[in-house]
Amino acid sequence: MIRFDQVTKIYPRAAGGSAALRDVSFRVAKGEFAFLTGPSGAGKSTILKLLYMDERPNKGDVRISGYSSQDIKQRDIAKLRRRLGIVFQDFRLLEDRTAEQNVAFALEVTDAPRATIGDKVARVLTKVGLASKSTAYPRELSGGEQQRVALARALVNDPFVLIADEPTGNLDERATRGIFQLLREINASGTAVIMATHDLDLVRSSEYRCIELNHGEIVFDSADAPKIPVEID
Amino acid sequence: MPSLRTAVTAFGRAPLLSVLSVTTIAFSLFAFGLFGLVALNIRKALERVEERVEIRAFIADKTPIEVVAVASDEIAKFPEVLRVDAVTQEQALERAKRELGEFKDVFEFEFLPASLDVKLKPGFRDPATVRRVATRLRDYEFVDDVRYGDEWITQLYRLRNIAGVAGAVLGLAFAGVAVIIIGATIRMAVLARSREISIMRLVGATNGFIRRPFLIEGSIKGILGGVLALFMSYVAMQALERYLHFETVFFTSRIAFLGLASGALIGLAGSAVSIGRHLKSI
Repeated sequence: MIRFDQVTKIYPRAAGGSAALRDVSFRVAKGEFAFLTGPSGAGKSTILKLLYMDERPNKGDVRISGYSSQDIKQRDIAKLRRRLGIVFQDFRLLEDRTAEQNVAFALEVTDAPRATIGDKVARVLTKVGLASKSTAYPRELSGGEQQRVALARALVNDPFVLIADEPTGNLDERATRGIFQLLREINASGTAVIMATHDLDLVRSSEYRCIELNHGEIVFDSADAPKIPVEID
Repeated sequence: MPSLRTAVTAFGRAPLLSVLSVTTIAFSLFAFGLFGLVALNIRKALERVEERVEIRAFIADKTPIEVVAVASDEIAKFPEVLRVDAVTQEQALERAKRELGEFKDVFEFEFLPASLDVKLKPGFRDPATVRRVATRLRDYEFVDDVRYGDEWITQLYRLRNIAGVAGAVLGLAFAGVAVIIIGATIRMAVLARSREISIMRLVGATNGFIRRPFLIEGSIKGILGGVLALFMSYVAMQALERYLHFETVFFTSRIAFLGLASGALIGLAGSAVSIGRHLKSI
């Protein structure tokens, strides 16, 4: 479903032109849950950006749901993203819209029939436990609740994979546990989850696959033969 | 139509920025419109002067009236000619007395020759055409002399050409400034919504989907700015007429409509460029 083949990514303006990713290869199967861990600048976010085709590799190939980074067209990127759910550390909600409007937004841009939008939004807000706050604006919600809205927005198009870039990075422990529990439930219902995180406790507390990066290279993948994880600074 | 709804909603979401955009567009178009009105009025004034361009063919004494009548009909058929008036000696005297009142006592009967006064059609009043028609009139045997104020017509046309070129250059400059200001205003509106645009992209909106509401919004702003600019131009012209007692002409409904269409087009083009650039940069 997701395949990285010897992917190298160099940002032209990076200091010294060093590679953000170097010859990275891995696969993620349908319905799998995988953590991406590693220190800042290790290449976690670059992998996620390559997944939703916000960046293209300088070398190698990223394949996701039949699309290849080598020949995907701009129009197809939009189509691909409709099948992905993406959440960020900073939630990326529209401040001037309510929770339900933020979620509906993801359906509106896909030209979904208006008659179906209300029901879908209500269902997904219920799923993330925010049915009672559907008319609240982001500023009226806690960090954890805002991330739930972001998750609802990511889920409303029934994605086959949820891409989460440090989704608990701005949250306290309690909210972190809540969001992680939600991610587990989402995964249990069949959606693959790829989550970048600094939170090693979260990684250790679960049985999910862990891909560890350092200096743009995979230094540990729990799917391979067991290795001793590299200590993160 | 979701794009139209989004465009209209965007006005409500950022009312201050929308009002600012429309006002900026209005003032840019107003400056252009005022210049247009000045140019239009100068042109009208020059046209009024041009209407006085006339070729006078003086008729030799004792020319039979029938000969003059036949020639007059013939000249009237020249493609350049609007009207031919046969002026008798008596009529010439009357006219001279009327036009030069203080000398009326020194004029005597048959002091002035009869003439054929030839008016030309608009578009044929340039020095070359006037000279050509005058030469043809000179070919008639009964014509003693032909006068048309060669130097005056040359000066008038030089002035007309200068006004035309200056009008076109200044008009283009004003239009260019208006486009730049309007473009910058729309760019501001696009930047104010850059977060929304990036989120739209993340959730799978196509570039066309993102672009459409901005194009509609730009056109609406252009039209609203155009209406406001027309209103301000009208008020300015009324004020000129009232306080300076200066008779002016305003845009015809066709030009006013073209102005509004240009406003919409500038708004549309400004939005297309701004959103296009923005989409490329993210």
